[in-house]
This record gives sequence, C-alpha cells and structure tokens, in this order.
Amino acid sequence: MLCDVCKCNDAAVFLTQIVDGKMQKVNLCEGCSKEKGVQDPTGFALADLLLGIGAAEEIEKGGSSTRCPVCGFTQADFKKTGRLGCSSCYVAFAEGLNSLLKAMHKGTAHVGKLPTRAQKTLALSDRMKTLTENLRKAVQEENYERSNSWRVN
Amino acid sequence: MKFQNLMASTGEWLRGEGPHHQVVVSSRVRLARNLRNRAFPGWAKKAERTMILELIKPRVEELPEMQEPFSELLQDLSALEKQVLVERHLISREHAAKSVGSAIIMNRKQTLSVMVNEEDHLRMQSIRSGLQLRQAFKLVDKVDSALEGKLDFAYDAKLGYLTACPTNVGTGMRASAMLHLPGLVLSELINQVIQAVNKIGLAVRGLYGEGTEAMGNLFQISNQTTLGEKEDEIISRLNKVIETIIEKEQDARQVLIQKKPNTLWDQIGRAYGLLTYAHAMTSKEALNLLSVVKLGIDLGAFPEDKRLAIDQLFIETQPAHLQKSTQQKLNAEERDHFRAQIIRERLKSFPKPDISKVAREPEPTGNSEPEKNE
Repeated sequence: MLCDVCKCNDAAVFLTQIVDGKMQKVNLCEGCSKEKGVQDPTGFALADLLLGIGAAEEIEKGGSSTRCPVCGFTQADFKKTGRLGCSSCYVAFAEGLNSLLKAMHKGTAHVGKLPTRAQKTLALSDRMKTLTENLRKAVQEENYERSNSWRVN
Repeated sequence: MKFQNLMASTGEWLRGEGPHHQVVVSSRVRLARNLRNRAFPGWAKKAERTMILELIKPRVEELPEMQEPFSELLQDLSALEKQVLVERHLISREHAAKSVGSAIIMNRKQTLSVMVNEEDHLRMQSIRSGLQLRQAFKLVDKVDSALEGKLDFAYDAKLGYLTACPTNVGTGMRASAMLHLPGLVLSELINQVIQAVNKIGLAVRGLYGEGTEAMGNLFQISNQTTLGEKEDEIISRLNKVIETIIEKEQDARQVLIQKKPNTLWDQIGRAYGLLTYAHAMTSKEALNLLSVVKLGIDLGAFPEDKRLAIDQLFIETQPAHLQKSTQQKLNAEERDHFRAQIIRERLKSFPKPDISKVAREPEPTGNSEPEKNE
C-alpha cells in the first residue's frame, strides 16, 4: 500500500480515527509520518497534513456543522480532506478560511490577473464609486444643481 | 494524434535547447481554474464530473493552440500509458490515478497540456526547455484568456481564482523549474541551498513533485504561495533565485575541477564504465549515473553532440517508457536487465571521457551578481 501523502513509498504508519462516527484512515510512509510530525495520532486530521499543522483547528472555528448551501460540503468534510467542495464553499466557510489563508499566503487579497468579465464589473463598480463620491461632495458644498444632475430618478 | 506518435516524438522541452540548459532542464507554469458553483472534481458525483468534462473538453480542443491534439479520456488509457505521460511530466501522478470523468488534451509539440478534472476542473500547463518561465506563462495565460470567454470561471473579487485546495487560491499559478545540480550535490552544498530557498517561501522537491526523492541530481523549485502577489512578481522572484542557484552550481563545478579533480574524474569515469558495461541497472542508478555523464558533457569531457543521447536516456530508461517500448510487461529484474541493454546499445559509439578537454575557468569568486534577464 502506498503512502497517502507522497504516493510513492510504501506506507509504514497506518492511522485510523473515528470522526463523527465515521471511520477515517490515513496511511503514511516512514519519511512522511516523521516529516508531518505524526507520532501521536490523537486529534489528527488530514487537513493538518495537507495544509499545515494547526489548520484543522482553524477550520473548526467556523463550527463543523456549517454546510455549503450550493454543494452540501461541511466544515467537517474540509477538515477531513483539506479540500473544498465548490467555489461557494469559500463564502460558506469564510470565517475559518480567512486566518488559514493569512498564514498560508503572502497576502489576503488577490492582486493578479483579472478575467475580462471581472474587469467589466470592476470598471462599473469604480464608476459607481466616483459618482457616489461626486454626489456626496456636491451635497456637502450645497451645489444642488450639480447634485441633481447625478441623482438617479 | 495517437499514443504511438506521442511516444515516437520527444517533446520540445526534452531537446534541451533552452537558455541556461546546462543547469535548467525545463520550466513549467500551470494555472488552476474551476467552473463557478460546480462541485470540484474531488466532491462531484460521477455524473456531474462527466457533465463538466463534456462542457470543457470541446472548448479546449477548439483552441488554435490545440491543432490535431492528443486528446484522451483517462479511462481509455492503460495504466502504463498514463505512467508514460507522468514520466514526461505531461500529467500529474494524481491525474494518472483518475479514470471516468477526467481527460487529458495536449498539443503536438507537447508544450501545452490541459488536464480536465484533476484536483480542479482545469489544470493548464505549459512546459519549455531551459529557463523560460515567462514564455511558458505567456502561452498558458493566452489559453486561459481564450477559455474564460467560453467558460464561466469561479473568480472572487477579493480571493481571485477559486481552487479546490486553498493553497492554490488567488492566481492559481504554480511556476516551477527542474534544475540539474550535480556540482552542489557532489560538493555537499545542496542542503544549504535547499534550506535557503525554503526560507524565502519557495519549495524544493524531487523529480516527480511533492514528496518524491531527488534522483539524478534533479530538483524542482517552485512558488509555494499564490495569493497576494502578481503572477509576474512570482515569476520574477523565482527567476532571480534560479539565476543565483545557477551561479552557485557553476561555482561549485569550478571548485570541484580545481580542488577535487580526482574525485570528479573518478565519478565521471565510473559512471561511464558502469553505463557502458553493466548488465543490470535500476532506474535510480541509471538516473544518477546519467546525471554524472551529463555533467561530463557540460564540462567538456565528452563531446557536445552526445548531449541529446544522454537527455533522451533520462526519460527512456524510466520504468513505463521501458515497458512501453518493449510492448510487454516486465518484472523488476527483467526491467533492470533491459534498461542496461538499451543504455549499452545507445552508448556503443560514445567516446571515453577526455579530461584534457575540460574548460578551466579562473578561481570563482562566489559573489558575482545574478543575471538580470532570462
């Protein structure tokens, strides 16, 4: 049987854990079990293994019964697999995910490529922001003639 | 394109003509993308996976970059064929384990491969020879832009591209280079380098990625984080580190020539002797010895025109390639025998090492500036 982590060496450490009445098995080779610090199998979660030790605890913060309304994935599933169910899970489990992402990455917000569709949405929301700001300024300066021209009827 | 044709031609990246090819074997960039509000492959039921596959596959096949592609459903490939694709780094080991509901589509030149329903709905990868991360990114970025017009990708204004594993969220990009570092290994400096690279948030892995052993003095270096940094910045950071490693490797080679010439010539001579006369050889031993001969070519001890033969043996002596070429299933012992036979045949006209031709440079200073461009 191959190690679940490296999928390369033969597994030498076999962990079985019952979580919420469900059996969960993980097989590790000697190297990976040492590397992941899996000597004490109590309180062990796959999420820890895949996302770093402490990840399972962070996930727990959101409450393990939270369920994604789109795909039905639960926090407990996430803790078990270290993977999410669908793109909406990012919204459903946002609370637990935020600190996890913070620890995992360089920043907490995407600054890279924007799909064209998102660029259009972004351009609209930027225009909305500018207009709202202009309106607020005009009202503040009591320039009602201008503010009326921006008001949506 | 048929599997046989794929086997017969080596990919562009295998020809080893890219920049810095003495140290950088290949550069790869992959992007992970998913469809909005569809269960990720690991959670989707078989029917949904198949539906997603049917949605994505034709869109990928009609791309101008994919003329006469190699396009197969994973269930239609044998375990051996999948393993051949893994050995060529055209699909991941995870993807090779997939069956119904997954596919692989790649171009004829084997520079672009798209995995459907791996861990994410789409994993697009471009692979080039030598240090060409920017060129690899350019191709895969173009493909991504073309596909986003036809498919609704899961994208969040704050988190960027949403992926099955939170470690890929943001750019969904993993850029990596395969480095050949025999100088640093022989001079026992490799662990220092790995530790330094790890400290600055880059990952160093063995030949086949996560958790694999470093064989043939080959190491993969890649970005570990995908959120909070632009694609361009990630690639620049990687390029800078790789250029420094290239420099360290070249320095280590010169130090070996000057300070430990006997050890170096002994290693090269032994590698040549074993490869040309052995009758049984494991793939690990073959990789390690081929690596030393490759170093010999770099240093001038073997003629430059023998490079391709050695580079090809790196791939062709891998277990699945070996079995595919004999058209029969071999046990480990038979494989080792057959591998040694192939190597002996290929190296029949390979000249003996000539150390008088080795280019010696002035003492390395070790603190020269890394190059600015790729």
